[in-house]
Amino acid sequence: MKVWALHLALIIALAVALAVLPPYPATTLARILVLAVFAMGYNLAFGYTGLLSLGHALFLAAGVFAAGLSAQFWGLSAGPALLLGVAAGGLVAAAVGLLALRTAGVSFMIVTLMFAQAGYLTVLYFGTITGGDEGFNLPAASRTVFGFDLSTDTPRFVAALVLFAVGLLASLALVRSSFGRSMVAMRENEERSRMLGINPFAVKLAALVLSGLYAGAAGAAYALLFGYAGANFATIQYSILPMLYVLLGGAGTTIGPFLGALLMFGLIEVTSRMARLWPVLEGMDYFLIGAALVVLVLFAPRGILGTLRERGLKWLP
Amino acid sequence: MAFGPFFLLALMEGLVTAAVLALAASGLSLVFGVMRVVNVAHGAFFMLGAVLAWAVASAMPGQPAIAFLGALVIAPLLVAALAALADGLILKRLNYDPEATIVATIGLLYMIQQAVLALYGPNANPVTAPFELRLQLPWFGYSGYKLFVIVAAALVLLALWVFMTRTKVGLIMRATQVDRTTARSFGINVDRVYMGTFALGAALAALAGVLIVPIQQAHYLMGGDPLLLSFIVVIIGGLGSLRGTVVAALIIGLSDGVISMFFSPTLAKIIATLLVALVLVFRPQGLFGAKA
Amino acid sequence: MAALIETRDLTLHFGGLRAVDGVDFTLNAGEIHALIGPNGAGKTTFVSLLSGRRLPQSGAILLNGEDITRLPAHLRVRKGIAYTFQITSIFPRLSVFDNVALAVQSCGAKGLAAQTRAALARVGLVGLEEQEAQTLSYGHQRLLELAMGLALKPRLLILDEPTQGLAASEIEGFKALVQSLVPETTVLLIEHNMDVVMDIATRITVLNFGQVLASGTPEAIRANPAVQEAYLGA
Repeated sequence: MKVWALHLALIIALAVALAVLPPYPATTLARILVLAVFAMGYNLAFGYTGLLSLGHALFLAAGVFAAGLSAQFWGLSAGPALLLGVAAGGLVAAAVGLLALRTAGVSFMIVTLMFAQAGYLTVLYFGTITGGDEGFNLPAASRTVFGFDLSTDTPRFVAALVLFAVGLLASLALVRSSFGRSMVAMRENEERSRMLGINPFAVKLAALVLSGLYAGAAGAAYALLFGYAGANFATIQYSILPMLYVLLGGAGTTIGPFLGALLMFGLIEVTSRMARLWPVLEGMDYFLIGAALVVLVLFAPRGILGTLRERGLKWLP
Repeated sequence: MAFGPFFLLALMEGLVTAAVLALAASGLSLVFGVMRVVNVAHGAFFMLGAVLAWAVASAMPGQPAIAFLGALVIAPLLVAALAALADGLILKRLNYDPEATIVATIGLLYMIQQAVLALYGPNANPVTAPFELRLQLPWFGYSGYKLFVIVAAALVLLALWVFMTRTKVGLIMRATQVDRTTARSFGINVDRVYMGTFALGAALAALAGVLIVPIQQAHYLMGGDPLLLSFIVVIIGGLGSLRGTVVAALIIGLSDGVISMFFSPTLAKIIATLLVALVLVFRPQGLFGAKA
Repeated sequence: MAALIETRDLTLHFGGLRAVDGVDFTLNAGEIHALIGPNGAGKTTFVSLLSGRRLPQSGAILLNGEDITRLPAHLRVRKGIAYTFQITSIFPRLSVFDNVALAVQSCGAKGLAAQTRAALARVGLVGLEEQEAQTLSYGHQRLLELAMGLALKPRLLILDEPTQGLAASEIEGFKALVQSLVPETTVLLIEHNMDVVMDIATRITVLNFGQVLASGTPEAIRANPAVQEAYLGA
């Protein structure tokens, strides 16, 4: 009860924030919410199932381009384009998983990295269609859902919040289910799980596909809400970001991915403001990302909420 | 130009790529072999080597040969020192956990890259080759410096091989590679071996960076491709095997040179990365490594 | 009595080491069957073959007459072969409840909570449901391991050195528990403690150098001169 109340409270608080904030920070918050959905998906694979992937940019990009290209070439509207993006993320994750899950640990990291790199290069190779490095802007006509124009503020915020809320509550229900328990069993002791009659390959594949569905949804939503698709979504950077958010907020916690995304955005925002005073700090966001990764693995491998859970808030999901 | 000479040129360009790649990849392979650490910051060390070579060269204008010799010594040493520091401050504290060290070296990569951007700037800068020599072949002229790169890389690799197989330090490193617990119980200072290995691996990458910079300009993002190619080489050659690494570097370097000359380089890279992923899935000991 | 498990000429060599070497073995339904033998006799390897953790090089394993030689481990578990580990293998960071619930849910999740509590009650771990498994005492962890095996509702429960490291009082409880399982569940147990073996086993098989040295009732095994020479007399 307490758990569901906490999650609902978070969603309500975000709705209020979107309503009262001025347009610029509210738009940033909408971005954070979409990227938090991506990170929640990453968390299902990494935080709960123990699959440390370096290739989630591929699933995100699958969503971005499935939605973007279908809007561009087939004139699909936002609803079907989003569904297509979700499906694309799941399908690509299934294909990668069927191969990559034959490996584990470091090999799994490198295999997923290589697949994502191949995907990025493929986007560049077909630059005439995908727009390559420059990308393309989505046609305005496609950015509507139920008659609302997603390029305007209110529908955009509502759409981002709805997506986030669905993602958050679904992931909460998932990790509290029997399947969620099986996912954690993979992370904790795969061999023992096998001897309890659980098929590790099937559980890990299902977790990775779920993760891919989230990534696909986030990618499609990002393209539709902010009107742009480009190869940069397929770069390694977008595989690292969700990992960073999850590590910061707390791997294996439902709210951790959002918290991590929020704090990282905040941190970068603060430095870029300071950079206006001290130009040396110009463009230090990547340095911060790097430093945050190092500091987290060194001093707080469980992240913020993971540490809180260890220190007494045991009920935190 | 007829096909024959054109192919010869492609082969020679491929050989240069292979030589630099073999150097960089052997550093990555050494670190993985001995420490079981996948160093994602390896490309950043390569880039640092190139940028430091530029710094040394611009401190000594008008004397390209001396500046280059200086860079050959200074850049690898500085990079090795930085790597040793990173090992002591970060990797050792992570107890060399394979997954945590990957995350940490990703962080290190971003930090180095961004620091270089802040101090060195976003521009690509050339470094003058230490000597001007043009070999005139019947069909085309060829840079003598590129041949020097091939020879230099071969000599360094030979020295590395002698070091690993014929010296006491090399023996200690190989013993640590086999089993670090046993090595420790034999009185080997494993911490120092790891620090030395990580520094040596980084120095090899930096050396490759110094050698390449008269051919390719120094830029803060230049580490990406060598990192990816080194990964490919090390995996195809069999993780941790020096001989396999060199063989794979030759194959990848030559085929990259030839394929890029006739087909799209992007397509060549797509094929190479997919190949690597499939090798790891179906033949994790590498194409040339013996089954573990 | 019907044979629950039969193996025919079962073989697994590691290089030159003949860990399991042409073993013909029959396990009757409803018995408590002890597998004994000196260290390195191939006992753990043999039960690994039964449970599917390893695959044999040759030979066959039959479960109720059905060939399961190549069946993956998790499917054997669903067919009723449960294995508990020699070195306690639990989910250290999960609660006691979740540890057992994982076993219950893999054979259909009906009445998950009730079945989980029942399995815990059977081994005497009541009131510890919410505790993290790694904080349990060693003896309690062994019992948890056993509860996970029982929660699978197995037809065959394989116990690999279950009394290792238990106190004398805990061993008494364990013996009573195992005896309460038959005949619904057949028990195959690797055990070094001869008192436990002689007290509860209805049949004993002795392995030596990967081969069956002898098989029979406790009395027959005790009287067998070859066994005395190879093992008991040593």
